[in-house]
Amino acid sequence: MTRLFNGALAMAGLVLIVGLDTLRSPPNPYQAPPMLALGSGLSTSGGFCGALPD
Amino acid sequence: MTSRAFTDPGARLSAARTGLIAGALVIIAIVALLVGSRFALMLLIGLGFGVVLEGLRFGFAGPWRAMILRREPAGILAQLLSIAVVACVAFPLLAAHPGELTGAQAPIGFAMIGGAFVFGAAMQVVLGCGSGTLVNAGSGNPVGLLALPFFALGSFAGAYHLIWWTNLGSMPILTLRGTPGLAITLVGLALVAGLLLWIGKPGSRRISRRYVFAALALAGLAVANLVVAGQPWGVVYGLGLWAAKGVAAMGADLSGSAFYAATGSVERLNASVLTDYTSLTNFGMIAGAFGVAAWRSGGMSQPLPSYPARAWIATIIAGVLLGYSSRLAFGCNVGAFFSGIATGSLHGWVWFAAAFAGAFLGIRIRAVSGLEARK
Repeated sequence: MTRLFNGALAMAGLVLIVGLDTLRSPPNPYQAPPMLALGSGLSTSGGFCGALPD
Repeated sequence: MTSRAFTDPGARLSAARTGLIAGALVIIAIVALLVGSRFALMLLIGLGFGVVLEGLRFGFAGPWRAMILRREPAGILAQLLSIAVVACVAFPLLAAHPGELTGAQAPIGFAMIGGAFVFGAAMQVVLGCGSGTLVNAGSGNPVGLLALPFFALGSFAGAYHLIWWTNLGSMPILTLRGTPGLAITLVGLALVAGLLLWIGKPGSRRISRRYVFAALALAGLAVANLVVAGQPWGVVYGLGLWAAKGVAAMGADLSGSAFYAATGSVERLNASVLTDYTSLTNFGMIAGAFGVAAWRSGGMSQPLPSYPARAWIATIIAGVLLGYSSRLAFGCNVGAFFSGIATGSLHGWVWFAAAFAGAFLGIRIRAVSGLEARK
């Protein structure tokens, strides 16, 4: 077995995560924020490992 | 012509490279159309992280090991250079755009310090930190690939218990801000660099051109991460979110956790994973590393190393600990050390000291774990 098998497994894992999640929580492009947070006038709302839950 | 493309190794490699670029562009376009341009940009930034880390063979765990075992400081010096460059841009941006942009700011506490120590040890066992585990998995490294799902499960469990651990005792969030804060940060980085140079072995103190380029490229991508997402580069939150989504999809009730019962957590659990910034950069890092490894001639055809059973057990345990401890520590080498220091959080400095101390223990554990590849 070579690294190609493992690399392909990792990529398949990504496809699985995104695929299953998309079935459960489909994205809505009409709710998309502006391209850049900088200058958007909106507060940040993403999850971050350094932040306590809000 | 068709038969030549199948028989000529050069033509096959060229076709594979064209496919890699075309595949990346198509996926980014799909994300832009179906999710939004900001999220497509974040995926692109993540790809950049993966390409830089794997392509320039730059990381965090390896240079720490090189410093501890061989007194070779060049890799850590490059890390400090990258952090300093990000700080020079991030401090003024954060001061001028409060609200729109936030730093990686977290409280210092007992659990945070203990978590950082354990993370520093575990990352030396598998020779993969937060970013390193993703990059290793993408490039086909079996240790990274096995550690990754356990890293995600550990991150989920750590987040589940985070509030209990934090309640053991922590200080208020202490942050360096503005020009004075930037000056203190740069002086601090210079002092650490000076100490490393002093301890470092003569002849190994010069940062190679490859490392300088990697440090500057990483800094550029980290600033782009901040500007696009409004928050710094992180890794661990996304991994925990994947596991939490999986557990919730199987019917588990997460409302018993103060972390997952919080409004923001519930919203993110119900939203698409393609709208989570750290997930997108994590996806990009794995895919970028895969792309670089596949791009290299013979990069993916290397045979896998052989390890004894105890090495795989050590990898699983270290994977869980990496995830769990990094949540208690409010980040890994990326979210706490790199982004924390670069955006003025004092917890980043404490994380660095505790994790570096843990790395000494981790190197000893690795030596007996069987993870040194058999010759």
